[in-house]
Amino acid sequence: MKYVLENIESQFEMFQILNEDGKIVNEDDMPDLSDEELKELMRRMVYTRILDQRSIALNRQGRLGFYAPTAGQEASQLGSQFALEQEDFILPGYRDVPQLIWQGLPLYQAFLFSKGHFHGNQYPENLHALSPQIIIGAQYVQAAGVALGIKKRGKKNVAITYTGDGGTSQGDFYEGINFAGAYKAPAIFVVQNNRFAISVPVEKQSNAKTLAQKSVAAGIEGIQVDGMDVLAVYAATKSARDRAVNGDGPTLIETLTYRFGPHTMSGDDPTRYRTEELDNEWAKKDPLVRFRKFLEDKKLWSEEDENKVIDEAKEDIKQAIKKAEEQPKQKVTDLISNMYEELPSNLQEQMEIYKEKESK
Amino acid sequence: MAQMTMIQAITDAMRTELKNDENVLVFGEDVGQNGGVFRATEGLQDEFGEDRVFDTPLAESGIGGLAIGLALQGYRPVPEIQFFGFVYEVMDSINGQMARLRYRSGGHHTAPITIRAPFGGGVHTPELHADSLEGLIAQQPGIKVVIPSTPYEAKGLLISAIRDNDPVVFLEHMKLYRSFRGEVPEEGYTVELGKADVKREGKDVTLVSYGAMVHASLKAAEELEKDGIDAEVIDLRTVSPIDYETIIKSVKKTNRVVVVQEAQRQAGVAANVVAEIQEQAILHLEAPVLRVTAPDTVYAFSDAEEVWLPNHRDIVEKVNTVINF
Repeated sequence: MKYVLENIESQFEMFQILNEDGKIVNEDDMPDLSDEELKELMRRMVYTRILDQRSIALNRQGRLGFYAPTAGQEASQLGSQFALEQEDFILPGYRDVPQLIWQGLPLYQAFLFSKGHFHGNQYPENLHALSPQIIIGAQYVQAAGVALGIKKRGKKNVAITYTGDGGTSQGDFYEGINFAGAYKAPAIFVVQNNRFAISVPVEKQSNAKTLAQKSVAAGIEGIQVDGMDVLAVYAATKSARDRAVNGDGPTLIETLTYRFGPHTMSGDDPTRYRTEELDNEWAKKDPLVRFRKFLEDKKLWSEEDENKVIDEAKEDIKQAIKKAEEQPKQKVTDLISNMYEELPSNLQEQMEIYKEKESK
Repeated sequence: MAQMTMIQAITDAMRTELKNDENVLVFGEDVGQNGGVFRATEGLQDEFGEDRVFDTPLAESGIGGLAIGLALQGYRPVPEIQFFGFVYEVMDSINGQMARLRYRSGGHHTAPITIRAPFGGGVHTPELHADSLEGLIAQQPGIKVVIPSTPYEAKGLLISAIRDNDPVVFLEHMKLYRSFRGEVPEEGYTVELGKADVKREGKDVTLVSYGAMVHASLKAAEELEKDGIDAEVIDLRTVSPIDYETIIKSVKKTNRVVVVQEAQRQAGVAANVVAEIQEQAILHLEAPVLRVTAPDTVYAFSDAEEVWLPNHRDIVEKVNTVINF
């Protein structure tokens, strides 16, 4: 009799390129990115951090609705998105708005999504994505379907989907990775393990030592990545993408990360379940700090560059929130008209009632 | 014209649409070489290849998600849920996800998906196979629920469902699969969704029904005729949305109504029909609108199934009550 769990678990080592001091610890896997691309990655992370800060403020002012903070997870979110092509398809979770924005979602529409207006989900033609999924894990089974469709169409693209550590406990997580594996479909499954599913720590979520090892049961590749290291996340996603489009099947990527803020802005208080020590420990791993050091050492980034991005972000946000606030209010008649291609008689009648109500 | 059973007509509808539109995909548990546990997809994989007709891993939520994803790539998925009693495993994909796809994207995405599933009782299955769960889906806006009662309609309605650009749950009563044959044209044709059919014209009482209960209602109408009662039988064919126009027109003629469903009495389609009739036509009624349903227990163990399921005698009894009111 032979048990193999320990052997398997020990195989999953965290993949890292930049350490906390911004030094390259893994020259072999250093991705082939130009100086411009490296600077662009930094620009996007700084921009997204500002967007997060402003979104929290706008939420507190009552100018935004539902918002799930992103600070701390920039490397996981933007490093993976940076490895995509425009025709790739994103199936995000509710915290994954930044990936949509950098894939082409206008900022004012991201704000409209937050405000609960469906124009926020009417995506431009060049953005191939679903709006953020609310049901934990549902996007994983859908990603398997999108990936199978991409394969059947013979396209050289991938479906990429995101969930958190809690999401890996859902049945849909297992069904999704298993379906994609069975069809060798070009899917990338990202688990942003930020250590807490709202308040439940990952240690209570599963007895698995890593979440990446869940790939083994589905017979697909899996890798655990330092989710605070944007170069490692980029390199792992790029490799998964290359394998997927070459017909080598899906990959599960676990990124070890941390959300610095609360679960959402709807009353969550992280001090109820996280210690200050843990917060401080993870603050040292801040993806922006680490990458900034790396770029400064290469003379690719300065305070001036940083301030320029901050100003740019603030100005964009100001314009976008203005545009979002100018959007005509969502009408019940809009909702009715988007239920079916052709309205059945019950909705035709209700349409008349609400047209009348809304004309007053 | 060919004589077909309902299941042959269903296979024929899928064959017609697999030929007609290369985006149509048929998949589910055992639908490939095995042809489905009821043989609804018999021969389709051999004819159209594994790329178009394929087996899935054994997970209903996965099947639902797969259908949504394929729809997002421009396909017209026709997944099979092996028994509709397993629908709870795929409820989020159906009611939570595909029914909302058009709505939540403001019309940017659509879900032209037809979920086929056997349902209904009377064939002595193990538990959790035979429930009439159409009401669960009928409560969800954004998705249609279609239930044929004859081979001719099964083919025409299924073709309409597959061509529809919104999701449809297409429920096939297990007892009707092979219980009789009917004429079915060989060419493709459609029967409009959302339209009821008057299966028998009458002037004294209206029986509103769907699925296997249409046949129980027709049998009851024959019995009633012997007593001089002329019953009209309406087959809803689509239980969401319901064709109230046809019902109300009949009610205004007969002034008496019995609504018949195989599902339990609580909530459900019949309750909705009754409510709508009293809202739209109360002054045309000579008696309360009554229902014939199964009792409000969990679906019967097969040993008690025959008594549990409503039958033509129950219908005759209720009709006599509304006639003598």
